[in-house]
Amino acid sequence: MTRRFYSVARGVAWRSVHNTFANPAIILPSIIFPLFFLAAFAGGLSSISDVPNFDYKPGYTAFQFAFVLLQSSAFGGVFTGFAVARDFDSGFARRLLLCAPQRSGIIAGYAAGALVRWFVTGAIVTVAALLAGMSVEGDGVELVGLFGLGVLVNIVAALWACGVAMFLRTEQAGALIQMPVFIVLFLAPVFVPLRLLSGWIHAVARYNPATVALEAARGLIAGSPVKLALAFALLLGGAAIMSLWARRGLASAERAG
Amino acid sequence: MSVSAAASNGVPALVQPSLVDQVGAVARRSVTRTFRQRGLLVFPLVFPLLLFAINGSALGAARKINGFPDVSYRDFALAIPFIQGALFVAVSAGTDLARDIESGFFNRLALTPLRGSALLAGQLGGAVVVACVQSLVYLAVGIASGVGIASGFGGALVLLALSILIAFGFAGLGALLALRFGSGEAVQGFFPLLFVTIFLSSSNLPRNLIKADWFREVATYNPVSYLIEGVRSLIITGWDGEALALGFGFALLLCVITLSLAGASMKNRLVRT
Repeated sequence: MTRRFYSVARGVAWRSVHNTFANPAIILPSIIFPLFFLAAFAGGLSSISDVPNFDYKPGYTAFQFAFVLLQSSAFGGVFTGFAVARDFDSGFARRLLLCAPQRSGIIAGYAAGALVRWFVTGAIVTVAALLAGMSVEGDGVELVGLFGLGVLVNIVAALWACGVAMFLRTEQAGALIQMPVFIVLFLAPVFVPLRLLSGWIHAVARYNPATVALEAARGLIAGSPVKLALAFALLLGGAAIMSLWARRGLASAERAG
Repeated sequence: MSVSAAASNGVPALVQPSLVDQVGAVARRSVTRTFRQRGLLVFPLVFPLLLFAINGSALGAARKINGFPDVSYRDFALAIPFIQGALFVAVSAGTDLARDIESGFFNRLALTPLRGSALLAGQLGGAVVVACVQSLVYLAVGIASGVGIASGFGGALVLLALSILIAFGFAGLGALLALRFGSGEAVQGFFPLLFVTIFLSSSNLPRNLIKADWFREVATYNPVSYLIEGVRSLIITGWDGEALALGFGFALLLCVITLSLAGASMKNRLVRT
């Protein structure tokens, strides 16, 4: 890593953060969506906790908070992919490619911007859940672990989104950026624990890496961590693979000129 | 120049097309344009079905809640794609109309004798065609996945009629937003807000089983609950007069309000100089 890399990354990150927070049309959906998911799932579906054998101690709001927090972190990354696609559509990204002395810094900058965006969204979602009466049984270290999971999910999603956006270089890539993330997240045990799922969704959820991250997050909130090492290992592996993907996307954009 | 004056001067007479012809011409363009943008057709079809497949299974445990209707959760959830599809229709109808405004096509139309009402009705023609296709696909997929229609074949036809009416009402809303704001981005910006109305309704559980008081209250005052319950009643209950009356009533109300407001906005947009 060179000074040139950090210089490019810092510049792109600053621009990404500035554009996000200076434009309500960009920042508001990424804040409002998770809040509505939290309200709809934790409020509207709270009767699900009456299902026999549902025994998540902190309650249904905390059960759903874990999902919404990880979802908000993933979508923080996805929305950054939209920004990358927009930059290619407007021609800005091509000028950026011309003037950046270390182009991999561009990916790092967008990913850093996604992380800052999620810090704000994640904080707001957390405050909203606490105001709604969420019970947290994990200690400080476990909560740091919870947000650590969120950071990794955000990085994986941002790198995926950057890769797709750089390969396709058009805003029309939006559906392709978000649909796989949406599907992977919703094929995890969102509404009930894995053992209460049945049929094909149980089979799919069982092998879905998002299930491991979600169960680890719920365990951390409940103060009884489960599958934590596996979740971190999977997410770190995912980040490594996605950084290669994003790098190849960048190479494709470089070739396209 | 009037038609008779023109004729007496030897100039070929201008025949103003009937309202039906005007609507037909605009509708034909709207339908053609809709089918040329296949990407816009696929996403509204696939996304609600995807959510139906996932939630229909993932929320299957909800059946074990005391008081839940004696049907599978998939039967209960089939009503939701119809409403989600209608929202997509609203956005696509509004975006198409906004594009016409942004591109100046509307201003050129203002130079022609085309009536505003014909333009509005015709523009929504494409939306109605999409709504018909969507509703048929949702129903077919539901039946193929094992959902039974409690009200039978007649009920399925009524279900299609109700879902198309709902889609027409939402398309009117999309048109209203387009005419008011004149920007496709603004219309799309409203999508999350519209989508939230589905989440804050009785879409996932019957209202009497919603435990959080505030949520139940919101769902009760949310008209979308009655649209969903109208469609759902035909699938899981049979012929439920009250649910159908409320469903059709709110759908008609939505059509009347959005189309009359859109008509008024159309007059402002189509200022003839």
